[in-house]
Amino acid sequence: MPEIWQGLIKAIELIVTLDPEVMSIAGRSLTISVTATLLAAVICLPLGSLIHFNRFIGKRTLINLIQTFYSIPTVIVGLFVFLLFSRAGPLGGLNLLFTPAVMIIGQMILIAPILLGLTVSAFSGVDKAIPDTARSLGASDFQTVAVVLKEARFAVIAAILLAFGRAISEVGLALMVGGNIRGFTRVFTTAISLETSKGDIELSIALGIILILIALIINIVLNRLQQR
Amino acid sequence: MKRNKIFFTLIGLLLISLLASVVGCAAQGSEPLPPQPRLRVATTTSLYDTGLWGYLEPMFEKKYNVALDILSLGSGAAFQYAQRGDVDVLTIHDKPNELKFVADGYGVERVPFAYNYFLIVGPAADPAGIKRLSPEDAFKKLFETGAGSFVSRGDNSGTQSKEKAIWKNAGFDYATVEKAGAWYIESGQGMGPTLQMASQKQAYTLTDMGTYLSYKSKLELVPIVYKGSILLNVYSVIAVNPQTVKGVKIDLTNNLISFLTSPEIQKLIGNYGVKEYGLQLFTPCAGAEPTQ
Repeated sequence: MPEIWQGLIKAIELIVTLDPEVMSIAGRSLTISVTATLLAAVICLPLGSLIHFNRFIGKRTLINLIQTFYSIPTVIVGLFVFLLFSRAGPLGGLNLLFTPAVMIIGQMILIAPILLGLTVSAFSGVDKAIPDTARSLGASDFQTVAVVLKEARFAVIAAILLAFGRAISEVGLALMVGGNIRGFTRVFTTAISLETSKGDIELSIALGIILILIALIINIVLNRLQQR
Repeated sequence: MKRNKIFFTLIGLLLISLLASVVGCAAQGSEPLPPQPRLRVATTTSLYDTGLWGYLEPMFEKKYNVALDILSLGSGAAFQYAQRGDVDVLTIHDKPNELKFVADGYGVERVPFAYNYFLIVGPAADPAGIKRLSPEDAFKKLFETGAGSFVSRGDNSGTQSKEKAIWKNAGFDYATVEKAGAWYIESGQGMGPTLQMASQKQAYTLTDMGTYLSYKSKLELVPIVYKGSILLNVYSVIAVNPQTVKGVKIDLTNNLISFLTSPEIQKLIGNYGVKEYGLQLFTPCAGAEPTQ
């Protein structure tokens, strides 16, 4: 398949020449997905620990529901967010449709189930002796959670990486709520989709390779920090 | 402490990506957070994939200091978005639905600004033997012999609207055609991907001249049927009616309509692609419906 080789050469060419359109697509993709992941983590990690550490009616059902949403198609989330923010919709007055901001919100909604569910799983994996010991030594609720979080940190970081991966690799939502507008809401995945539909396979492959490279770099950096 | 390191690294990554997008935007010559007003255009895919919009966009943006957000959609989706007020103006080629859109009060006025022709393209071998027949006779023969495959857009687009009109003129009920057999294929995609599918399957398809010419080098398809008054393909610009749909930017839209029908831009539209393809992709027709 010579296209893959040609795509690789094109990728190197685009990187070395710092092609402005590719740079802006890269910057935009990262900004949107990193922001969505961080904001969602800030909300979902505490929420996940609340779910895990408390007993309440329907807890099991809630967790089941969260896990079901791991597999929700991105275009369905996209359609839902589109209807929410369309001018004819309830939040239309905010004028956020077809902007990067709504893409961030959409990706946050998309990855929330993963962050919530995997945080709960991560905490469940910690030996119950640890929070029990902490409490018996007089730790407050907050300190107990902190101790368990420390023990579960690898699993939690894995959850964040997975959530980021889902955010940056999805097309359906970005296309529906962002509109793939050149210079404004075009990101890697929507650009690849467009170029493929136009038959520009070489450029599509090049963009795909650059996206994977970026994901690889992020992973390597976070991994090295985990190990120290 | 380990936790702090990770936290700061994540913040660092965010800052780096923000920096990259600022540099990228600056290199492209636009500001990262433009204070300009934004005008949203829903365009049919054939005006977008031929590159015409990409060609005209910077000219309009510079002249009026407006940021154009161009969404490339099938006509069906375009009408929907317009009714919801999510776009301010349409550039489209689906006359019957355009007239309905205006009659229903959603559009202000249908303003034609360019035209070209549809044609049926297909494999050079012409297995169904429809070369140079009229469009209606060609469709009839395809249906009766089933000797060649036909790829339909299947996406409620302006092109599909024209295809349905040809079937109707040839005396067929479209519902019957859809179930006619394995030879009738619905791609559900834009003109570019549909042409590529037809090329791969060595099948016939109905296409506008502009998109066909700009994809020709990637296709193994030749013009098969290209004469017939029904093949006229008129592109119009329609402002979404601010009295029916709240929040649309009618002033900016009127600027766009003046722009597209101005003599200077009409000339550029007429010359677009001539050097590259040797033929006009679009013939200008400011404001007036062209006659055959």
